[in-house]
Amino acid sequence: MAEAQPTQEKPRRKIGEGPGRLLVSLYGLFTVAAGSRSVYQLIAQYHKAPLSYWLSAFAALVYAFILVTLVRGGESARRIALACCGVELAGVLVVGTLSIVTPSWFHDQTVWSYYGAGYVCIPLILPVTGILWLRRAAGQPEADPLPLAEPQPADA
Amino acid sequence: MVLRLSSARIESPHAQCSPSVPLHRAAGEVTGALTAVVSVAALLLAAWCGFATARDQPTKDWHLIGMAVVTVLALAQLVVGIVEIANGHKPTGGTVIFLAYAVGAVLTVPAAGFMSLIERTRWGSAIGAAGGVVLAALELRLVEIWGGGHG
Repeated sequence: MAEAQPTQEKPRRKIGEGPGRLLVSLYGLFTVAAGSRSVYQLIAQYHKAPLSYWLSAFAALVYAFILVTLVRGGESARRIALACCGVELAGVLVVGTLSIVTPSWFHDQTVWSYYGAGYVCIPLILPVTGILWLRRAAGQPEADPLPLAEPQPADA
Repeated sequence: MVLRLSSARIESPHAQCSPSVPLHRAAGEVTGALTAVVSVAALLLAAWCGFATARDQPTKDWHLIGMAVVTVLALAQLVVGIVEIANGHKPTGGTVIFLAYAVGAVLTVPAAGFMSLIERTRWGSAIGAAGGVVLAALELRLVEIWGGGHG
């Protein structure tokens, strides 16, 4: 008879809600931005800087993957998203550093050039906040038993 | 500029071409003004939604009406841009790129509004604020792509 119990949540962790929804929005934005940019550049001006454009395409793929895992939710998705955020952070740091140390490798900008300075450094901020958020989400109990009236002290 | 235009008119026997030049320049100023208006409106929206975030409030009807106003402005910018390109303006960054960014600018704030309707917490307001900031950044890129000279 008790089909819908208000206290029983789905066992999935809500990594795509609350602050997570802001991350979903930003990852969606960067999937579209990096994806459309790299597709256009790979088609229209491939010979100018293939490495840069493939790197942008790779960035778009990572963004899309994190976006999907955030929306799907659940513990395994959370772990995959965490790993992808690690890849993303490593990508921004490596490509950002290489674009300064060996600029001759890149004949055009990528999404991650100069640590994402062309995108207000959001490509650098996003994986860091993503990792922080996903780590925090791990500490939360699965079926949030907190009463609604109680203010959460650990609110960032 | 007036002198140069008038002398060109005297030199050129093709008088049909010259009337379109002042019209074109006037339209270019409209684009510049619209870009400024959209940028300011987007930043105001960002501040307004940011204020709601700081006060731990979700977006309300008035925020969504504000988003609609900003979207209409971005849409007007796209339409004026298309008209000017049809009149012969060549964006320095490329016509396809300009149109892609202009369409993106129109879609940014509605997308943020949609997400803020799903997320009925302060974080929905934060998404609205982010949408405003992103639109302002897109306007900066649009100015670069459009090119400095209005002619």
